[in-house]
Amino acid sequence: MRGNAAAVQERYLKLKAGADARVKALYSEPVIRVGTATCGIAAGALPVKEAFARAVEEKGLPAKVIEVGCMGHCYAEPLAIISRPGFPSLCYGYLDAELAARLVEDFLINDDPCYEFALVALEPNDVFPTFSDFPRGVYEQKIVLEHCGFIDPGDIDHYIARGGYGALAAALGKNPAEVLEAVKASHLRGRGGAGFPAGLKWEAAVKAGSGEKYVICNADEGDPGAFMDRGILESCPHQVIEGMLLCAYAVGAEKGYFYIRAEYPLAVERVRRALEQAREKGLLGKDILGSDFSCELEIFQGSGAFVCGEATALVRSMEGKMGIPATRPPRLAEAGYRGRPTVLNNVKTFAYVPPILNRGVEWFRSIGTEDNPGTAVFSLVGKVAHTGLVEVPMGTTLRQLIYDVGEGLANGKAFKAVQIGGPSGGCLPESALDIPIDFDSLQEAGAIMGSGGLVVLDEDDCMVAIARYFLEFTQQESCGKCTFCRLGTKHMLDILTRITEGRGEPQDLEILEELAEEVRAGSLCNLGATAPNPVLTTLRYFRDEYEAHIFEKRCPALMCKELIVYYIEPQRCSKLCNVCVGSCPVEAIYTREDGLKAIDQEKCVKCDNCLKTCPPDYNAVIKLSPPGLLAEKEGKRP
Amino acid sequence: MRKGVVFLPLLQGEEELIRKSVDKALRKHEATRENLIPILLQVQEALGYLPGLAMEQIAAALKMPAVEVYGLATFYNQFRLHPPGKHQVKVCMGTACYMVGGRIALECFERRLGIKEGETTPDREFSLERVACVGCCTMAPVVVVDEHVEGKVTPTRVDGILLSFGKAIASGAEAAGKKGEGAS
Ligand SMILES: Cc1cc2nc3c(=O)[nH]c(=O)nc-3n(C[C@H](O)[C@H](O)[C@H](O)COP(=O)(O)O)c2cc1C
Ligand code: FES
Repeated sequence: MRGNAAAVQERYLKLKAGADARVKALYSEPVIRVGTATCGIAAGALPVKEAFARAVEEKGLPAKVIEVGCMGHCYAEPLAIISRPGFPSLCYGYLDAELAARLVEDFLINDDPCYEFALVALEPNDVFPTFSDFPRGVYEQKIVLEHCGFIDPGDIDHYIARGGYGALAAALGKNPAEVLEAVKASHLRGRGGAGFPAGLKWEAAVKAGSGEKYVICNADEGDPGAFMDRGILESCPHQVIEGMLLCAYAVGAEKGYFYIRAEYPLAVERVRRALEQAREKGLLGKDILGSDFSCELEIFQGSGAFVCGEATALVRSMEGKMGIPATRPPRLAEAGYRGRPTVLNNVKTFAYVPPILNRGVEWFRSIGTEDNPGTAVFSLVGKVAHTGLVEVPMGTTLRQLIYDVGEGLANGKAFKAVQIGGPSGGCLPESALDIPIDFDSLQEAGAIMGSGGLVVLDEDDCMVAIARYFLEFTQQESCGKCTFCRLGTKHMLDILTRITEGRGEPQDLEILEELAEEVRAGSLCNLGATAPNPVLTTLRYFRDEYEAHIFEKRCPALMCKELIVYYIEPQRCSKLCNVCVGSCPVEAIYTREDGLKAIDQEKCVKCDNCLKTCPPDYNAVIKLSPPGLLAEKEGKRP
Repeated sequence: MRKGVVFLPLLQGEEELIRKSVDKALRKHEATRENLIPILLQVQEALGYLPGLAMEQIAAALKMPAVEVYGLATFYNQFRLHPPGKHQVKVCMGTACYMVGGRIALECFERRLGIKEGETTPDREFSLERVACVGCCTMAPVVVVDEHVEGKVTPTRVDGILLSFGKAIASGAEAAGKKGEGAS
């Protein structure tokens, strides 16, 4: 115990009372919450926010317009929640400036909540469905994302009013060992990819003795298709800060760092602001909440190298060196940053800690499975209808995640595969959809949990091309230290490139498999050791696609440029419409004497534009593979 | 590992500017190895890129070989060694964007601007880069132009974006003419 537990608690309750009063006052009048995380801003949330603000001002209403983070329903951005006393809080999606102005007028002045534009209500009521009335709400359970999208990340009181920093205040009244014990007992596994038990890592740092220690939050998020960590930092930075402080308290560290990639300017800004506010409230810095526990947190901006997400490389890059992984042992918990014991965890790992301490180990372990307690957070993207940030209990199946939470495939296409774990993960087919989501089951199937990128692929996606895409990524990001990782991946990439270009050879698949095994065995860090995963899983589940490329020079998904040609079906072309001619960037499309359009294959750059612009009434542009089919088609021309 | 870079000639007065920015960064951060990345980031923020001269000056201040600074700058994606264009085009090559035509968008820009990814047009008007997921996969393929995110970028939209910056688009006929005979 550090200092006077009662005094600490009293100080916290005073903060809480102040925050409660402020938030209550805010909500005594209408409040419009506009989602302005990166996803929202990209979809046009800022003009929407301005439109709300302008309308409110013009009408002279007492309503407030505030910014919140990402609610996870990114497919419906820009989103806003309108709360008006006497009504349930309603969430509206697909907003634009015009609709925003109309909502102010209709809902806030004329008492018509415009249910036709509402997506969901936040509180149970008699008139409109809430989250739990939708399949997604049934499966989703939010721990890490609990406050994301509902509170203003730029106002610490919004977090405190929801009980934020309560876990810290309570912990400061206990022994650090009790905090460590709780995290250990919770069986919380690290969410950065490998699933290492957080409690054991923390304990190692405790056992490493006293003296200077560090806590580092890994927000490098290098997977090129994932954005959960950013979403969390942009939407609820305080929960991560609180988790880091709890860790620092448990292991006896007085200094910590957020390692955030510089490509995430908004996350950096929001964390910086959150740190300032925490400092002002006495929740960060010297003698936190009047106890004798002091801890300072700072931001370190990473510079965009995938390998720097690896723990030892990350620490080296913080020391101003090239981010090249080091051999372990020693583990970071024994000798990390500046040679001192260091606890490094993922953003989500830290974010779980406050709820675990607040609600208890039993509660946490009741969610998910025995060996994988808690939830899994994914950025669900690709060809799925409802893309966004989702959080489901471990053990939920991939099928439930894609079809119930994600509402199935977009545009009525057929499911082909789901890519999990980014460059270190793999592509799983339909037959694997019933495996439960947890660290161990995914690994068994050949993928990995990774840090949570999940991309749904449909019939139009070529499995060889996606394997090549990830290998190109890891090959470029390899730090070059290990020969197998540096040269083996290059060799594999060359083979895959040849295959996608129609120059594959019969023995290629065997060579790929051999190389994959060697790269896996001969690499020091997990970048190299897992780099072959995308290739191995596609070979395992979609071998026929490789074979089609190699033996028939055909791309079944009609994606590989060198293996397809564009063709305009004369029976379907309208003759009168000129859209394709105008859309072609290289004037490869011309009008024949009989009025039909045709493509000059010599000039065609396969940009896909004519196919996209041909009016749906005709849909005359098609792709053919192998290119040899063209002669057949043209022979049959009327 | 990234490829070597040819430095573009400096503009008039740029040398002075570089010296000032480097001095400023060194005033803010202590000249230690640990501060190398923050120093480089600050200089890049001021100048828009990391000219060779800046790296040499920083190396001298930190008493380390310039080649080590250069090695570090080429190791990290975040550092750019060529000047940014007045308009910076960044094409997302994250998984979701790549699968729905990110590459097609990139090729369109390359074709229209006459430069390759990672380059700047000689008039320094446009620069073209690829970036990893910018977190808007829902709107893939995504292109970020001067901090403004454009979603669902088709080749037609590429032309639209360039036109909105007053870039003359060679008409199809001209483009085709350059490649050989015109359409019949
Ligand atoms: C190539 C490579 C990239 C990684 N990238 C990340 C990352 O972006 N974020 C992350 O949290 N962990 C990443 N990791 C895992 C880290 O090495 C480390 O295991 C993790 O941050 C520990 O946190 P956890 O115990 O909370 O999972 C990466 C590992 C490798 C090998
Ligand atoms: S992949 Fe392009 S925004 Fe995510």
